Amino acid sequence: MALLDLDPNVVATARELAARAAEPVVSLAKAHTTVAVERATLRLAGITGADSTHRAGDVPWVNRVVDTVREQCGLEHGVVLPAFHALKEHNLGSLTELAEATAAGQVQFKIPAGKDLTAARKASTSAVAKGLKTVDRNKVQRDKLVAKLGDPAQRPWIYLIVATGDIDEDVVQAQNAARAGADVIAVIRSTGQSLLDYVPEGATHHGFAGTYATQENFRIMRAALDDVSKEVGRYVRLTNYASGLCMPEIAVLAGLQRLDMMLNDSMYGILFRDINPIRTFVDQRFSRQVHARAGIIINTGEDNYLTTADAVDAAHTVTVSQLLNEHFAHEAGLPDHLLGLGHAFEINPKVPDSFRLELAHALLARELFPDAPLKWMPPTKHMTGDVFNGYLLDGFFNLAGVLTGQSILLVGMMTEAVVTPFLSDRDLALQNVRYVLNAAGSLAEDFRPAPDGLIVKRAHQVLGEAVDLLERIVDDGLLIAIADGTFGLMKRPADKGKGADGVVEKAGAYFNPASEMLEAAQ
Amino acid sequence: MTDPKRYVRPYGDTTGDGMIQTSFTLPVPFGPKADGAAQQLANKMGMDPAMVVHSSPIGDDFTFFVVYGSVKHLVDLDEVKVVEREYPLLSPAEVNSTLKKVLRRKLVVVGGCIGTDAHTVGIDAILNIKGFAGEKGLEYYRELKVVNLGAQVSVPELVRSARAEKADAVLISQVVTQRDAHILNTQEMSAAFREAMGDRRPLLVAGGPRFDPLMAGELGVDRVFSRGTTPGEVASYLVHAMQAKKGVAA
Repeated sequence: MALLDLDPNVVATARELAARAAEPVVSLAKAHTTVAVERATLRLAGITGADSTHRAGDVPWVNRVVDTVREQCGLEHGVVLPAFHALKEHNLGSLTELAEATAAGQVQFKIPAGKDLTAARKASTSAVAKGLKTVDRNKVQRDKLVAKLGDPAQRPWIYLIVATGDIDEDVVQAQNAARAGADVIAVIRSTGQSLLDYVPEGATHHGFAGTYATQENFRIMRAALDDVSKEVGRYVRLTNYASGLCMPEIAVLAGLQRLDMMLNDSMYGILFRDINPIRTFVDQRFSRQVHARAGIIINTGEDNYLTTADAVDAAHTVTVSQLLNEHFAHEAGLPDHLLGLGHAFEINPKVPDSFRLELAHALLARELFPDAPLKWMPPTKHMTGDVFNGYLLDGFFNLAGVLTGQSILLVGMMTEAVVTPFLSDRDLALQNVRYVLNAAGSLAEDFRPAPDGLIVKRAHQVLGEAVDLLERIVDDGLLIAIADGTFGLMKRPADKGKGADGVVEKAGAYFNPASEMLEAAQ
Repeated sequence: MTDPKRYVRPYGDTTGDGMIQTSFTLPVPFGPKADGAAQQLANKMGMDPAMVVHSSPIGDDFTFFVVYGSVKHLVDLDEVKVVEREYPLLSPAEVNSTLKKVLRRKLVVVGGCIGTDAHTVGIDAILNIKGFAGEKGLEYYRELKVVNLGAQVSVPELVRSARAEKADAVLISQVVTQRDAHILNTQEMSAAFREAMGDRRPLLVAGGPRFDPLMAGELGVDRVFSRGTTPGEVASYLVHAMQAKKGVAA
């Protein structure tokens, strides 16, 4: 393709700078663990269920065990050694039994040594290996189903959101959406789940503007989509959110239940949820390693910056974030074909040439990341409640998507910022997409922006600004840049934010069989 | 003499034609019967004549309609009673510029869930930049300094933080209502502020799905927000209250 004639040296410089900017953060991520990483590891090792007798409501067993281990012997050696040592010492059959005994105050955890250490290492390694085997089997199963049923006939894939709060209603809506043409179903989470430091249990029916991400809800929805996939003759993918305080655990649950895509951004939680930066980078690295193992496509959240900052002025921050997300993803073992880097159609429609500027930004992303399944996000900021105008804007968004070869298209709703979409709104939105795909799906073949025209110049300008910003970030340090409000205008100091108390520096003898197996596979 | 503009009807392309356009979906399979059903609904809505200008199936069980027609109803403008919010809704830019003018410094907001309440959904929807209902939270406003203390904040801790931060406004959220916990907690909070700071206390704002906006007096707070409140409404109120305060002081 190469319509923008980007200078390969500038592109290489941008990637090199992103790698340098990310390097100190990667070291930091390697040197620490978090309560969420430890819980994710125990979930891979097979722990399930919740303590329903606790006065605070259902507390997942995994939280009880990790919290107790932390109290009694710290987490700097990892949770598995004390947990598996206690399992043997108390002659318990499963981690769930261990959790029950822990809750009853019958277990005293300690870091094993000598022969006990060897035994705990061995037992925990084989338990975690079993969990990873399930993840591997799911990946094979997905490949098989895709081979049998097929991928969507067209690009971009059509991505639709359901969000009723009740998993049973979600199933009805998701199956109908698939019949109406959706290739990817995302189940939006209940407001505020990202700030829960535990993953709720079981099937849930009362979310706030979304449905809780739980292992059981994942299972129910994946099974429903498997049914409808057979009916519509293509593999319908399922998306959820590995973000917030439980990023690693949700990544594990997604792998165990064969989800296909996960929202997973390196900085979203920091910027938009005020989660501690170190916590986020540690959790993100582990969760992405799990996604890589599971063959899950990540979706990054650059669209969010443009909802807070101006989409023209801040265009280069999107590019910078994409480059950082790419580097962090590669470092965690994710190949290009699993990188759903995000960007959005958020320029004020009153700006002259706004559509040309959108094309410039979209093409820049396309050409910088030619092998990544880019995720193209619809207008939200300039959707005003004038649904007629919104419908037109969504049409131009769809056109920009096909014209610049975007890979995953989140279907825009004219009811954005008004109400949750009616059945008819979703139907109209899909008609809009179908019309554009049908009328202009191959227009990219004829689309040659003038070499010295606005689109090409603008793309070069944004890339240049991105390189300048990356240089500044390399000089200052990424954590400082985040603290200064470089992205999305939010200032987030490295020592502040939610979940900071869940970060633990690893001891020399830290042991985590999941990390070891995931690193070795890379 | 009656005001000739007192009674009005919708305007399509001729004065008094009463023309409107609407769209809806019925749980009826596509076909003549569905069109008839749409016609009947439109008639019952006061559209006469009603023209079902478009119908199309949505799946097997639903049909979508677009209807044009003339409504019989008249609007009597004298009878239109608007609940006047005592303050105008401002855009973030307007909030920022007004605060800058009025205060010449940032307005400090301290927020949290008090008592044993761990449901930060409400306070986070208002304070987090992520926001709610398509509106950014208060953190997004350049001229607001937001200190979110999170969940299970004790009243003494809240008073201490408000003092240390020199808070102009304190926002508390209460979701749990067992045994009227939301009311008792809020009263305890407002009493504590009165006792500790008297007239120099910050603006006190309580929010939660089970609060009634009329309860402000009973709760001892300046303002109560109920279900569905958006960050923009809260920000606009804060600006209004600050202006009122300055007005009194001046």
